[in-house]
Amino acid sequence: MTTTEATPDARELMYLLAVSEALAQLMRADESVFLAGEDVGAAGGVFGTFSGLFDEFGQRRVIDTPISEQAIVGLGVGAAVSGLRPVVDIMFMDFVLVAMDQIANQAAKLRYMFGGQAKVPLTITTSAGAGLSAAAQHSQSLEALLCHVPGLKVVYPATPYDMKGLLVSCVRDDNPTIVIMNKMLLGAVGPVPEELYETPLGEARIARSGSDITIVAVGRMVDEALTAAATLAGEGVECEVIDPRTLQPFDTETVVGSVRRTNHALVVHEAVRFGGIGAEIAAQIQEEAFDYLDAAVARIGAPFCPVPFSPALEQLYVPDAARIAEGVRGVLGMNPVVA
Amino acid sequence: MTTFDGIDLHRRMVRIRVFEETAGRLSESARLPGFLHLYVGEEAVASGVCAALNDDDQITSTHRGHGHLVAKGGDFKRMMAELMGKATGYCHGKGGSMHINDLDLGMLGANGIVGAGVPIAVGAAFANKYEDNGRVAVAFFGDGSTNIGAFHEAANMAGALRLPVLFVCENNEYGEYTRRCDTMAITDIIERAPGYGMRGVIVDGMDVVAVHEAATGALEGVRSGNGPALLECKTYRYFDHMGVKGVGVSYRSDTELEEWKQRDPIRSFEARLAESGELSADAARAVWDEAQAEVDGAIEFAEQSPLPEPEALLVGVYNETGAPS
Repeated sequence: MTTTEATPDARELMYLLAVSEALAQLMRADESVFLAGEDVGAAGGVFGTFSGLFDEFGQRRVIDTPISEQAIVGLGVGAAVSGLRPVVDIMFMDFVLVAMDQIANQAAKLRYMFGGQAKVPLTITTSAGAGLSAAAQHSQSLEALLCHVPGLKVVYPATPYDMKGLLVSCVRDDNPTIVIMNKMLLGAVGPVPEELYETPLGEARIARSGSDITIVAVGRMVDEALTAAATLAGEGVECEVIDPRTLQPFDTETVVGSVRRTNHALVVHEAVRFGGIGAEIAAQIQEEAFDYLDAAVARIGAPFCPVPFSPALEQLYVPDAARIAEGVRGVLGMNPVVA
Repeated sequence: MTTFDGIDLHRRMVRIRVFEETAGRLSESARLPGFLHLYVGEEAVASGVCAALNDDDQITSTHRGHGHLVAKGGDFKRMMAELMGKATGYCHGKGGSMHINDLDLGMLGANGIVGAGVPIAVGAAFANKYEDNGRVAVAFFGDGSTNIGAFHEAANMAGALRLPVLFVCENNEYGEYTRRCDTMAITDIIERAPGYGMRGVIVDGMDVVAVHEAATGALEGVRSGNGPALLECKTYRYFDHMGVKGVGVSYRSDTELEEWKQRDPIRSFEARLAESGELSADAARAVWDEAQAEVDGAIEFAEQSPLPEPEALLVGVYNETGAPS
């Protein structure tokens, strides 16, 4: 667990530029790192996350692939077991499902199935989340599926600082890793040191300290939880907001330690609530801190339906600060505030 | 006309046959746990192709992977121990028959998912081109694999990126228990090659010399940067998709099996070697005996080997080392 990271005077950088900066620095430092995926070359990625890399490293190391997710991940698996350190991009997280055999049956399991012979230092980057009216096949948050597969590591950076630091850690890790970028955070700006640094995998961050309730928020929900916490502070409630940063392996210790102090817990993510990673987190809290809890662990997530297209419906779909604040009031037995 | 080492090709095939027939017997007497997909009948393919490879070239394999590992130089003891789920096996008992591999020999694994090894071979080929190390990768797969998306994605990618990979289709006319002709609208798998900018070559997969020469020729182009190629080997599986039986089954006729056995890759090659004076009947017999003795020794080794300790269950899920910062 860490509570501080960037120094206040650090340079500010956009979340999406943290991606290309991390990759450029990694590629300069290590010849075995390359990037492959759809439109990652001259176009710089559909979101601009890979801009400048093609110009600097050329088509040997920045490879535009066919629209073939199985072959893209397979390329990464084969290259990784052959000694390279591939970064492959799956443009939208929804398309991870197209490549799931290579991810879950191959990349994740090779090492174990081969009795520890294989090393699979493969990083898969992908973009998740609703908010762009991109509808049901370009907006999903499927992190729970990936966290369920032994052999994978899954990170979900919520800040530009961690976008860079977690990506660096993942590329340097000798296991298959998945870096989930949230589409609505791409333009977020925050302090990002210029040098190459790592955010350690498996270490949560306490984004805000508080004594009344622990809010575990995933990805984009960290900002929403912080907004809710600011509102609630005005009502005399001090929220502790935890950003797990890495979802697999999960930092249970930091979360449980917090709940033992606050005696209340709310878990929030943008993914569908049923079977989401929040269910696992809530279960771990009640297993490890049952005697400390003054109320049932609450969960907030998307309703059990595909992501809708219309902005009017999409707004209802994604949890926000107001819903999180209501959730906190519910856990603490406060009167609901009608907006 | 390429040259070939008949003694070497013969030995590779015999070693596969003896290992597989022995494994089949062990399986029938319930001495091997799990599923077993045997390579008997197809020995000329793995042997002919692998004899054309350098030691550091990589291969990916299929459900039916023992033959490929033997042809690449696999160790019987570690193989047999793996089939028995012992701690001394290639995968320390974690993988079994369907995931047998030896990365040190460039054998990147049998695979329990049809077609899934093909994109991995393309990835290995990418690494070879990236590092300009002169190596090639070979993807072995069956006719059935060419009906799955992974094959097509990987073939297209290899063509588009001009990667040094040889696709070797073992067309044994059956995808599991269904006739190939019922599952595709074409007769020859090489008809798929032009769609990916590849040259396709058909070869008699029961003739080890023909396979070896075709593979050598195709590999020459692959190695010199011409991009991928597809080699279709017409072959036949004597046993069932899984296990041994293979005769008196509902999905194919015994007559068909007998016809293919008339062209048995090992017996026909022995006749040829005897005729040319390269290998006498006695010398051939000695190769079989030597292989059998080695397999018997492997069984003894495997049976005396310990089972994995309970603590091994959670070992190897992750690699705890990382690249230097």
